[in-house]
Amino acid sequence: MALSLMMVLALSPAPEAHADALDDTLARFLADKFPETEKAVAELAAQAPPQGATILSALAENRLLYDAADRIVAYKTSAGALVNAKTGEPIPAANAAAFKKARVNNALRVAIEGAIGSLTLASPDPQKRVAAAQDVFRTRDSKALPALEAQLAKEKDPQATEALKLARAAIIAGADSASAQDRLAAIETLRARGDQDAQNLIDQIAQKATDAQVKAAAAAALSAIQMRLALWAAAQDLWYGLSASSVLLLAAIGLAITFGVMGVINMAHGEMVMLGAYATYVVQLILPPALQNWSLAFAVPLAFLVAGLVGVAIERLVIRYLYARPLETLLATWGVSLILQQAVRSIFGANNRQVTNPPFMSGALHLGGLEITTNRMWIIALAIVVFVALQLVLRATPFGLQMRAVTQNRRMAAAMGISTARIDMLAFALGSGVAGVAGVALSQIDNVSPNLGQGYIIDSFMVVVFGGVGNLWGTALGALTLGVANKILEPLVGAVQGQIVLLIVIILFIQKRPRGLFALKGRAVEA
Amino acid sequence: MSVELDRIGLAFVAVLAAAALVVPGLALATRPESAFHIPPYLVQLLGKYLCYAILAVALDLVWGYCGILSLGHGAFFALGGYAMGMYLMRQIGARGVYANPILPDFMVFLNWKALPVAWWGFNWFPYAMLMVVLVPGLLALAFGWFAFRSRVTGVYLSIITQAMTFAFYKEFFRNDFGFGGNNGLTDFKDLVGFSLQSAATKAALFSASAIALILAYLAARAIVGSKYGKALMAVRDAESRMRFLGYRVENYKLFAFVVSAVLAGVAGALYVPQVGIINPSEFAPANSIEAAIWVAVGGRGTLVGAAIGAIAVNFAKTYFTGALPEYWLYGLGGLFVLVTLFLPKGLLGLALRERETKPVVDTPAIAIEEGADR
Repeated sequence: MALSLMMVLALSPAPEAHADALDDTLARFLADKFPETEKAVAELAAQAPPQGATILSALAENRLLYDAADRIVAYKTSAGALVNAKTGEPIPAANAAAFKKARVNNALRVAIEGAIGSLTLASPDPQKRVAAAQDVFRTRDSKALPALEAQLAKEKDPQATEALKLARAAIIAGADSASAQDRLAAIETLRARGDQDAQNLIDQIAQKATDAQVKAAAAAALSAIQMRLALWAAAQDLWYGLSASSVLLLAAIGLAITFGVMGVINMAHGEMVMLGAYATYVVQLILPPALQNWSLAFAVPLAFLVAGLVGVAIERLVIRYLYARPLETLLATWGVSLILQQAVRSIFGANNRQVTNPPFMSGALHLGGLEITTNRMWIIALAIVVFVALQLVLRATPFGLQMRAVTQNRRMAAAMGISTARIDMLAFALGSGVAGVAGVALSQIDNVSPNLGQGYIIDSFMVVVFGGVGNLWGTALGALTLGVANKILEPLVGAVQGQIVLLIVIILFIQKRPRGLFALKGRAVEA
Repeated sequence: MSVELDRIGLAFVAVLAAAALVVPGLALATRPESAFHIPPYLVQLLGKYLCYAILAVALDLVWGYCGILSLGHGAFFALGGYAMGMYLMRQIGARGVYANPILPDFMVFLNWKALPVAWWGFNWFPYAMLMVVLVPGLLALAFGWFAFRSRVTGVYLSIITQAMTFAFYKEFFRNDFGFGGNNGLTDFKDLVGFSLQSAATKAALFSASAIALILAYLAARAIVGSKYGKALMAVRDAESRMRFLGYRVENYKLFAFVVSAVLAGVAGALYVPQVGIINPSEFAPANSIEAAIWVAVGGRGTLVGAAIGAIAVNFAKTYFTGALPEYWLYGLGGLFVLVTLFLPKGLLGLALRERETKPVVDTPAIAIEEGADR
């Protein structure tokens, strides 16, 4: 880069020497020597002929050819036709054999890129100008400065003006000598941009400047940017926290239902999540390509069904015999979880399975300084939908009413004619099914492996312990608190310590409220 | 405790005492080609089982007699193990890869200059042994004080203990926590001057484990047989009623919990020199739950059964992970399910039931209403 810069300086005293400088420039390609080619590139950038960008991109893509005998430089179009580089006239295919490729190396490619950048700065298309200016902002190529200034003087498009100013500011920041005025203007422009790049550039200016006024302006701009970045970072943490909360909520809400209704903790709950994730994987495997984009529409009900059915099987075959012994239910369901993990490992293999995001779930949105990944956004939406749906089931259906009755007082509910065994089974199916849906969501952001559920189970328990089982709002609040607190603590004390701090907080919290935020009240629940 | 159970316990102690003498004898005094020879690896394996058995006795004390299903006893075990590991680490001295007389290898590797305070004194054996007892004991005291005082019981308590060991698991994985990170502590050379590689040391460690198991059993039996033990069982069966009768329920629980944690710590300390390594995976929640199944298999609330269960399940694990590695998890999972469903009193309960004429008394209805967990 520095070399080409020196060359521009060396060449610039004699730009007008020939009536047709382009001919001389093109002639340098005939030598097919790297230094000559480099000179040619620099000259093309300086002269900015209309064909310049086309010739340079042809060179970069190995499409530039030359005929040393006839002294013709030509390029191949994308269609494969041979065209005279200067005149743009086609060259008969019969002559093609005389042409040889102009060679390029990596150093040259860098120079070519810079040269194309400064050429496109003058492009008639404002979008291209913006892109070129952004290129310059990234490369901070000081030889683009004259072209920048020239374009800035006549620029009308506001977006392009903004981009050009930023590019100029970046170059000035990198320059060892610049006027105080230029530097002040650069600081102002960078301050308006206000991101990490701008911060680094202002820092550079502050280090190079000797003027007290410039230094003061730089310091003021820096603190303003830092403030702004800190605010955006806090917002980003909050977003990550929300995202973590939604995952926690999805994983924990089914557990809260089964624990609330039956007072037993299903240690295989994480495996229901895992089954949901594998259901997504299977859907993706068997669905024809035409329907791939809609795979989640099939995966959600299938995951609900599979996990729900396995849940019913566990309830009917194991848990129902252990209702009087909740501690042993822990052990038995742990055993079930081992069996399920090993079964999945036997069927699908121990390796991670890849589940691809459908197009509408990939990519990210940018909102100011916020980066919002689309898949996380959809998972938050899913968590809200699941939560609302469950609230509706609990509040607006006879099954929900009976379930709440059993949760509050099992014996009384039984005395009122509610079949508690049936409610237990259905509640378990519902809780497990929701865990399966959580698995669909997790398959989009995590590795699908037999151990998938293990990573979430303890966190889900914490949510239930913290939120209590009296009310689904407790679970939501628990998930929200733990998710956000975790992400806020993470940068402060580190990821692991953050979790430990939360654990201690929960242990202290249950000193005050042993049954969580939303505890059931009444004689029946008091031990 | 029934007479029958006492008799089994006595036989168990006798068998252990005999093993403590006979196994080292066979391992050291016979020739390798002799049919009675016990190779060092087998001595080590049996010693490991005995450590697990101590852990099972400790867990049975709180679960079987106090109704506290701790899913975090692996943490006490591992902490005892780490205390021993730190002593063994300091004993390596200048024989490590980096030949630093003070700093263990991993600290030199991490470019640490001074020994962290937590490691001070661990070159002195009595201090290390004090820590083996003190660290798990104090942790259990603090944890139990908070948990029992706020009347966290049943599954809540189990989950909280599991979360505790999970927190340790994550913390010990970190390199800058200062305990060897995910590699843990290993490459031990000798214990109070005896090389850990020699067959004699291995045999001695086996005997020590057997004696420790005898002592742990006798201590737990003494506690359970005392007046305090009766109150403890009453707390297990009807906590609220005991509280209304004026007993400080939380103190009863706390004492049992701390004793149990100390026993687990001792088990861990004996375990580490025999397996030659301690790393954070010992804190994994799965290990603690597995310990619960040993107790359940042998028979909850029998002490002897817990020890037998630990030895039997681990023997099966050694065999099946070698012979049929794919099916071991099915086997273990099935064991969890089948034992809880069909053998609530474990193998020992099954053996005793045939001889006992008295019907098994189920939890009284009033206790269920009070939320007692059995």
